[in-house]
Amino acid sequence: MTDTVRRIRMPGTLSIGWKAVLIVLSLATALIALSIGRYAIPVRDVAGSILGHLRGVEVLSSKDALVLWNIRMPRILLALLAGAGLSLSGLAFQSLFANPLATPDTLGVASGSSFGAALGLLLGFRWIGVQLFAVAMGMLAVCLTFLAGSGRGRGLNTLVLAGIMIGSLFSALVSFVKFVADAESQLPAITYWLMGSLDVAGYKSLLYGAPPILVGIIVLALLRWRLNVLPLSDDEAASSGVRIRTLRTITILMATMMTASCVAMCGQVGWVGLLIPHICRMKFGNNHLSLVPASVSLGAVFLVVVDTLARTITAQEIPISVLTAIIGAPFFILLMRRSGGWQL
Amino acid sequence: MNIRIENGSFGYKDGPMLLKQIRLEAGEGQMIAVLGPNGVGKTTLLRCMLGLLPWKEGQTVLNGTEIKDIPKRSFWQQVSYVPQAKTAAAAYTVEEMLLLGRASHIAPFAAPAKADLTIVQDVMERLHITALRRKRCNAISGGELQMALIGRALVAGAGILVLDEPESNLDFRNQLIVLETLKELAQEGRTIIFNTHYPAHALQHADQALLLKADGSSRFGAVEEVITEDTIREAFSVHSVIRTIESERGIVRDVVPVALQEKTES
Repeated sequence: MTDTVRRIRMPGTLSIGWKAVLIVLSLATALIALSIGRYAIPVRDVAGSILGHLRGVEVLSSKDALVLWNIRMPRILLALLAGAGLSLSGLAFQSLFANPLATPDTLGVASGSSFGAALGLLLGFRWIGVQLFAVAMGMLAVCLTFLAGSGRGRGLNTLVLAGIMIGSLFSALVSFVKFVADAESQLPAITYWLMGSLDVAGYKSLLYGAPPILVGIIVLALLRWRLNVLPLSDDEAASSGVRIRTLRTITILMATMMTASCVAMCGQVGWVGLLIPHICRMKFGNNHLSLVPASVSLGAVFLVVVDTLARTITAQEIPISVLTAIIGAPFFILLMRRSGGWQL
Repeated sequence: MNIRIENGSFGYKDGPMLLKQIRLEAGEGQMIAVLGPNGVGKTTLLRCMLGLLPWKEGQTVLNGTEIKDIPKRSFWQQVSYVPQAKTAAAAYTVEEMLLLGRASHIAPFAAPAKADLTIVQDVMERLHITALRRKRCNAISGGELQMALIGRALVAGAGILVLDEPESNLDFRNQLIVLETLKELAQEGRTIIFNTHYPAHALQHADQALLLKADGSSRFGAVEEVITEDTIREAFSVHSVIRTIESERGIVRDVVPVALQEKTES
């Protein structure tokens, strides 16, 4: 009798069907997004060109190839990476702090990076300089948060409070940079950058920005079952036999690195880190065995879709943060009301 | 399996010593109750014993080795801690929660294997919580959650179980289920150490007891010697009567509080 009760599938893992859906959905979305634009390229040609490139031949006309490979491909790659990275770091921070309201910016990373980028633009740096400056400031912000909030006997909540303080400090610094910036040339650039955009994407930008995100995704994906220990109370986590301090440090490091890199490449893209992990929790439960792959995949899909809308629905490109919120908020409310929400 | 506290003393930073020269020894198959009035440091004692808080003086010794010298992972494979249920209700399903108990046996980059799942399912059957396996831990009753947490401790395979108020906030029936389960686990050769608010539970189920008093001193020994009307008056400032009740189902010892001790009496 006991044998009939036993299930074969490990609890909390994705079913084969869901795995297939997540993979196919990501690939299909990217493929369709590559074909859509003011200059349309049929999906079949896009697929043909990609397969051709694997064999070292180009099947498209030179104009099509230019649009596909030099303009759209880096942008779609960036959208995939940034969506996956922001979603996963949001997930990591929510579990780490056992707080459903945690976002990639909880420790002040995004505010720090924004300040770095704004300052870089103010000082007239070239694009790569702005990007590196943004990462550096993001890391600095998290270090300051740690100095302010961590210490023996202090809980993680102190760290969250310190993060809010450091975050608002850097937000104020961003405002200050905007205040002193030249209103004709610099201010629009800074403002536009802060609202987020993926249109600056090029392979060079990806060369610096992609590796940290990929490393973060790989490390957290490998640790995915271990991440289940994070939301437990301190004594439970410690008595599980897991090196909880090391696990927390690695998680914070990876999530910070991914967020700083994303913000450096495409500005402040809000909502992804909050919205996507929540949707995944409503659908798949709280086990990171399924949450990590689902968040990565759906985060990537979401940002590709939103970015495609941002660059196609109007003649002038819409800042991406505006769209993530306009699409994200109602969708999220709808889901929350239908599923009854979730608890961490 | 043998765990003992040697002259353990603890006080928070700059404060007075909360626990003074605690002595406790627990061997295989023994069930030991830790008693004391509110705020005397029962949970603190357990946390110090397990190395979750550092002793100011003294030490905990597991099988002859001071626990500071035992690697954490190895220690938590031998000793399991069950915290108070109210602090432990992450929204995992019961089955997922039990699987987390295998963490010290699973490599950092690995996920649980079939063997781990089999252990979990065996424990769920043993504790009669198989029906709950798909339910969320934050959506089950206090008694069910307590059994799930005991289950999580058991799947780690530890010989020593340390529980913080396992039967608090439970109704009569669930109190008995938890205490009887602990008794069975002890009879199978495990060591059970638990905090409790109820002297009667210690008398009825434990072999030995540690009674903490408000001045930080303590008394450890066989349960009948440690829990008497006199010691209860000293520790809790309550006059009580200990009596033996006969019934068809057995004979139980009970502690009934009768009156508060007036300050002037002592």
